Formats: sequence, structure tokens, C-alpha cells
Amino acid sequence: MMKSLLDWIDHRTGIRQLTKSALFENIPGGSRWRYVWGSTLTFTIFVQFVTGVFLWMGYSASSGDAWESVNYIQNEMIGGWLLRGIHHWTAQFMPVLLLLHLMQVVIDGAYKAPREVNYWFGVLLLLLVLALSLTGYLLPWDQKGFWATKVATNLINLVPFIGPEMQKLVIGGTEYGHHTLTRFFALHAGVLPGMLVLLIVGHIYLFRRHGITPAEPVAKRDAYFWPDQVFKDTVACLAVMVAVLGFVLWVHGAHLGSPADPSEPFSAARPDWYFLFLFQFLKLPFFGEGNEVWGAIYIPGMAVGLICLMPFIGRWKLGHVFNIGIIFVFLGGAGALTYLAKQEDVAGPNSARYLKAVLDDARDGLRVTALAMARGIESTALSLLKDDPKTQGARLFAQHCASCHRYGGHDGLAVELAKAGTLDELGNRTGLTSRFFSGDAVHPDWLARKSGTQDEWQTVRSLLQAKAEGPFDVIASAKPEEAPEAPDLKGFATRQWIRDLLDPDKFISPRYFGGTAHKDGDMYKKFLNRKVRKYDAAERKMLDAIAVALSAQAKLPSQAAVDQAGAALIRQGIKYLQDDIGCIDCHAFGEPDPDAVGPDLTGYGSRQWTIDFVKNPEHKKFYPENNDRMPAFGVKKILTDKEVGLIADWLRVDYFEPPAAGPGH
Amino acid sequence: MENQEENQIESFDSAAGESVGQAEEPVNPPEPGTPESAGERRGFIKFLCAFIGTLISAVPFGAGVWSYFDPLAKRNKGGGDGFVMVTTLDAIPADGSPAKFSVVADKVDAWNRFSNVSIGAVYLRLVDGVPKALHTVCPHLGCFVDYRPGNKDFFCPCHNSNFKLDGSLAVGVSPRRMDPLDIQIRNKTEVWVKFQNFQPGHSDRVPV
Ligand code: HEM
Ligand code: FES
Repeated sequence: MMKSLLDWIDHRTGIRQLTKSALFENIPGGSRWRYVWGSTLTFTIFVQFVTGVFLWMGYSASSGDAWESVNYIQNEMIGGWLLRGIHHWTAQFMPVLLLLHLMQVVIDGAYKAPREVNYWFGVLLLLLVLALSLTGYLLPWDQKGFWATKVATNLINLVPFIGPEMQKLVIGGTEYGHHTLTRFFALHAGVLPGMLVLLIVGHIYLFRRHGITPAEPVAKRDAYFWPDQVFKDTVACLAVMVAVLGFVLWVHGAHLGSPADPSEPFSAARPDWYFLFLFQFLKLPFFGEGNEVWGAIYIPGMAVGLICLMPFIGRWKLGHVFNIGIIFVFLGGAGALTYLAKQEDVAGPNSARYLKAVLDDARDGLRVTALAMARGIESTALSLLKDDPKTQGARLFAQHCASCHRYGGHDGLAVELAKAGTLDELGNRTGLTSRFFSGDAVHPDWLARKSGTQDEWQTVRSLLQAKAEGPFDVIASAKPEEAPEAPDLKGFATRQWIRDLLDPDKFISPRYFGGTAHKDGDMYKKFLNRKVRKYDAAERKMLDAIAVALSAQAKLPSQAAVDQAGAALIRQGIKYLQDDIGCIDCHAFGEPDPDAVGPDLTGYGSRQWTIDFVKNPEHKKFYPENNDRMPAFGVKKILTDKEVGLIADWLRVDYFEPPAAGPGH
Repeated sequence: MENQEENQIESFDSAAGESVGQAEEPVNPPEPGTPESAGERRGFIKFLCAFIGTLISAVPFGAGVWSYFDPLAKRNKGGGDGFVMVTTLDAIPADGSPAKFSVVADKVDAWNRFSNVSIGAVYLRLVDGVPKALHTVCPHLGCFVDYRPGNKDFFCPCHNSNFKLDGSLAVGVSPRRMDPLDIQIRNKTEVWVKFQNFQPGHSDRVPV
């Protein structure tokens, strides 16, 4: 039955003959492991085609949807992480396989006549696969791909005469946008794969025509391709697949950074690792000032040209040895440059900026993924992120407030790293090892700023000593300097924060007003120092009730439950505040008080109060006369209303927090 | 099987010149026959090739097909009781003729969640002062059913199904009557409709 069906097909297609000639190819000297690289490449290309087409079914090539759709594939589509992971990690292996293949061909002299044309096909294939990797890198439209591809395509500008026009054609306009993606995607999933198929067919046809070039010396008997060589090839492909799956499972798919943001600098814009050597090459000093075109185009072009000429060079007596030498020189050079590039990132003078960008990106990416999953994306993921107090508030605080204030001892950006589990997850998302995240608040920017409390420094230092590696060793051993010049706002307006504020010693410590003129003000001199220090137990209890009552004015979401439960105590506290302790001698409460010298306590710490304060601390409600250096952010238009709102919400921990632990797991 | 293949090698050898074209002649050609034990070993190797080959080729397909089936596993994300306010009683024609109203609601579309967008439409009609709702989508294959004021009937332009004002089938290929939708009056005048889509083409009404 089966046989007659095969006969029928064979009669009309000659399939048997074809399989036979495919399988019973003669291999001089028998099967060898060194011949497997071509087959592994064919296999990986097959894998890329299959996974690529399936990814295509979920991918949307527009600047408002690309990140969103990739995020959906990665985090919401069942099995999407596996699919994307295989595509991503296989692409990571391909440059290695290409290199091994090229080395085997050159070392065995397989480029020699009559195989020159086939060799050139191979070089073209190599370039095509690299082009696929380059175009694919942009498709997720995350910060990394966006900025790295921007750098790469800006190099096109350097092409003599037609550079600027060419660049416009490549990116589909003057700006990066929808048409950059549609063009790159058409290249990535249509044009380049099409060319790849044609070239592979030609490559394999020519390979079959000329047969394999035996690696000298030919010791064993010849054998057919089937089954021994096929077996070795299959095992090699299996090894590749196992390695790919290992990585896929390890990071649960592939890293996806935060969405591309043309307004947010990204100091970690780097091409994928196999292009790093070119990236670093361009940084060599002699390619500055108008010479970039040499580093970016001429010299790499010449190197490719040289590789193409190898078949001819190989004809000379020593030519073959020269060729092999050249391959190793290239390899060594690329290796060294790659090492330098990596080293510069983690230990160079700008490494703190680099690592900060990596961390910011990872943190934003995690956050926006969580938001997208919990709430859906109304317009774009980027706007979701831009409206998010948790990430943007911290960022604005670090930029505008942390020069005087602190947040838990740092600039506001280190906080989230402290959460258990986050570090591992960040490690996974960024693909960096844990050495970059050792510690509960290792924020490079913070470390670079050398601020932080002694306790925290101690923790960081001991953690670093335990790990005893990484660039932080140097930075961490520096002493914290720059005492804060304004209060530490972590836990702002919470009960504990106000209790501590009302403690005379803490009030004049750097955590509150030690760094400001208020440490010599009336609040300390006339109240905390003169009275509170002498309070008896009953009075202390009253003061504590006041702290609770005042904190309730803030209506903090985190205290909603305790505020409700403590309503009686809060009423008491308000009475003490007004009568027994007499805060209203200096502060307004409940109604405007033109004689007040301290800030209005009505709605203290509430969203509106906080916003009003940040916008204008010199307002008569706050410190009309004795404001100590704090800029009027709203009046002077340093911050927009929206930005002030983001900071206020962030300080008050008043933002959406998805219930589940983490995305995608 | 084994024998057959050996035969094929034989015949292949004779045809070698043709199929490999100008391939260089083997310097020391493979042995024509293989001893018994080697044959067994090779049989096993062939089996392994086929087995591993199939396995690793199935991986990318497996991942692809798995994620392709994602829609089958998707839960319905719609919250609430499914009722959407469509209009008020005053907006429905008093003479009992049907009028079309857009249904505006929140909509989840893969990664997007849009609020207040049109998600469909309904026909509303007063029967003795009580509003009745019909889905505007044809139960046959999903075209938009027209109301024809002249004929006082519904007409689906795709395959000419004709429905009466109450939604029942007059003539045509539709397997069932137009889909009625649950309706509620809230706050005296608000008309709320439980908007849902049904599988087309079947005689029973199954929500999608
Ligand atoms: C040798 C062949 C290929 C290579 C080296 C390659 C490489 C890449 C790379 C590096 C990415 C970025 C992955 C990431 O980090 O997210 C990517 C994405 C993508 N590729 Fe390919 N690719 C190849 C073939 C294909 C083909 C043939 C198709 C479709 C017909 C395809 C469709 C896609 C799609 C839709 C994406 C975006 C989804 C995503 O980024 O996860 N690829 N590719
Ligand atoms: S879709 Fe309405 S009759 Fe066919």
C-alpha cells in the first residue's frame, strides 16, 4: 500500500532518485564532526523560518503596536514566550555557527577552485543572516532595539554622496516611526528570507556539485553521507536545539525592555553582542572627526572583500596559510574589541550611566508589562508608562528633588530593587548576571552619587564583599558624602514619619530638618526643644495622638484601613492639636489663619496639599517668609501640573499596584 | 526494508554519474557490502537519525502551534453583568417601528483596552410600550441586517434572508430567527441591553 503510493509519487516526481542522491553523496575520508556546521546552520534557518512565521501571526509592525504585540506574545499568549524565546535564542547562536562554518571552510581550504562561487554564496549568506539579525533587533520596538538601530542606521548617513538619501529610504522618512517598522519588517520577514532561500538552494546545489572538501589527511575510507554523516549532523543540531531551549527556559522566553521612548535617553544603546566589535571599532580614536566612514564602512567593507578574495589568495604557495592567519587575526581582533566593549560598559568611566540605563529600562519594562496585563493598554504602552506615578514620580524626584531631599537614603530610584525576587527577575529580564544586582539597593546612579545612609552603605558593602566582584567594589568603598539638605521623604505623612518628625532629636537630624534653616526655627526652639523634651508620659501620648490625627489628614491609601479603625483616636488627636497642645498657635488648622507662621495643617500630606506645596512652598499657606531654598516648582514652571501630580502620587504611594506577583510566571 | 535499501544503493551506484553530475570520482569508494554486525549498528543509527531529526524539527512547530491555539484558551474578559446602557425610552420611535442604536462599551482587543467605543448595534422597537431588542447581525453568516421601512421588514442583503418585525424568519436561508437580546429598564427611562454575539450558521443560539 505504502509502497505503491510511493511508486506512484516517484513515477511522477522522481523523488526516490532525489532522496538517494541527497543521502548517498560520497564523503571522501568518511564522516566527520567538523563537517556539521553547514547542517546546523540550515537547521537553525529552518527553525527561524518556522518560528518567524508563527511570530508573524501575533506581531504588529507599527510604532504604537509593535512593543505591545511583542509583549502580548511574550507575556499573555499561551506558549508565546517559548515561541519568541526560540526565535530570539536561535538568532543568538547563528553568528557562532556561521563563524565555525567559515573557519572550517577556510582551514580545510574548501574555498579553492572549483568552489569559489559557492564560497561567495556562503559569504553572502553570512551577510544575509547578519542583516536578518539587525532588522529583527528593531522589531520589538523597545528602548534597546530603538536606540541601537538608530545608531546603526545613522551610519548610513556616512556613505559618500548618497548617504542622507539612503538613510531616509531605509528608515522610511526623516523620523523613526511606523514606516521604519513596516520597512524593516518587510525586509526581515519577506525580502531577506526570500534571498536567503535562493542562496541556500544555490549553495547546497553547488556544494553537491563539487562534493565536500576532505579535511587533510584523509585517513579513513570514504563513506556515504547517509547515515553516518547525517547522524553526526543530527546530533549537532540536537545539541544546538538543547542549548537554545536551555536559554529559553532559563529566562522564560527572551528579554523585552521598556517601550521605545524618543524623549528618554538610553545610555545602554548597544547592538547585539556579535556586532559589539564593530561598535567598539568605531570608538577607536582615529575614527573621530570625519573619519568615521573608514571605521564604519570602508574598513569593514575591505575586510569582507578580503574574505571574498581568499580563494584567489589561496592559490599562492603561502596564500592558504595567510588566509588562515587572517581569519585568526580577525577573530582575535573582534574578540578583543568585544571584550573591550563589555569591559567599558561594566567598569569604564561611564559604566554607572550604562548600568543605570540598563536598570531603569528593566524596571520600567517590568512595570509597564504589569500595568498592561492588569489594565490593558488604552493608547500605547509608552503613555501607560508616562502616566505611571510609580516609575515617573521616582524619576522626577531623582531629577528635581534628590539634590536636597532623600528617599530612604537614596535618590528614589533604588527602591524597587529592594523587593525580594525583583533582583532575580531583573537579572532574567536584562540577561545580566546577578553580580550587577547584588545587594538590596544597588542602584548604580545612587552609588555613583555616593549618597546614602551609613547603614545602607554597610549592607551594600558587606553584600559586595560576599560577592567580591564587579565594578561596585571601587565605588562602594567610597564614603557617603553630601549630607542631605532637606527631609527624607520616604513614608511621607505616614504615622511613623510624623511621629519621628515630632521627636526633637530626629527633627534636627539630617533625616528631617538637620540640613535646613528650620533646625534653628521656632518649631524646634520654642516647641520641640523647650516643651516636648520635658513632656511627661501623658503629654507624650497626646503628641502621639496628634501624629495619628495629622497623618489621617493625608488620606493615604496605605493607611485607609487603620485610619478608619482609629477614628476615635483621630478625633482625640485633633482636639489635642487644637486645644491641649496648641499647634494652632502657630499653624492654621481647619480654617485660614492669617497669623500662622508655620504651614497650614489642614489636609496635611493629602494629594492637594502636597501638590500645592511643591508648586509653591512660598505660598502664604506654607512658608511665606521662612522657605529655605526649595524652588517654587509650579510658579517657576519647572514642573508641569502633571509632573507635580506624579511626584505627589509617588510620595504618597498612591498608584495602581497589580495584585499578582509578577508577569508571565 | 534493509535489503531493499541495499538494492537501492546498488542501483544508485550505477546512476551515480548522472545524479552527482561532475562530482569528483571517489578516491577510495565505500565498501559495497557491509558485514552483519555493522549492518545492525547502522540500522540503529538510521533509526536515531530519524528519531532525533523528527524531534528537533517538531520543536519550532510545536511552539508555533501551541501559541497559535492561544485564542481557544482565551477567557472572556468582559466584566459586570453584560448589560450596557444603549439609549432612553424616549428615543425609540413611538409608532412601533424599529430603530438602530449603537452599543458603546469598553472593549478588549488583544493588548488594547478601549473605553467607550462602538462594539456593535441593536434594533429597538416598542411593542405595546415595551422595548424589544434584536441583534443587528444576521444569524446566517453575520452580515448586517437592514431595516426596510417601505416593506416594514428586516432584510439581509448577503443571501436575501427576510425577517419579520419581531425577528422571525419570513423567507430565506437563515437557520434561525434574528437573535433577541435581553433588555432592562433602569432608572425609569434608561434602556439597558445585554449585548452579546452568537455563533452564526447554527439553528440553536450559542453565545460565542
Ligand atoms: C535567519 C533567519 C532569521 C534571523 C537570524 C532572525 C532574527 C531575529 C531577531 C534577532 C529578532 C528579535 C527577537 C527579539 O529579541 O525579540 C527577530 C524578531 C522577529 N522575527 Fe526574525 N529572524 C529570522 C527569520 C525570520 C523569518 C523568516 C520571519 C518571518 C517570516 C521572522 C519573523 C520575525 C518576527 C515577526 C519578529 C518579531 C517578534 C519578536 O521580536 O519577538 N524572522 N528575528
Ligand atoms: S448572512 Fe444574512 S442571509 Fe447570509
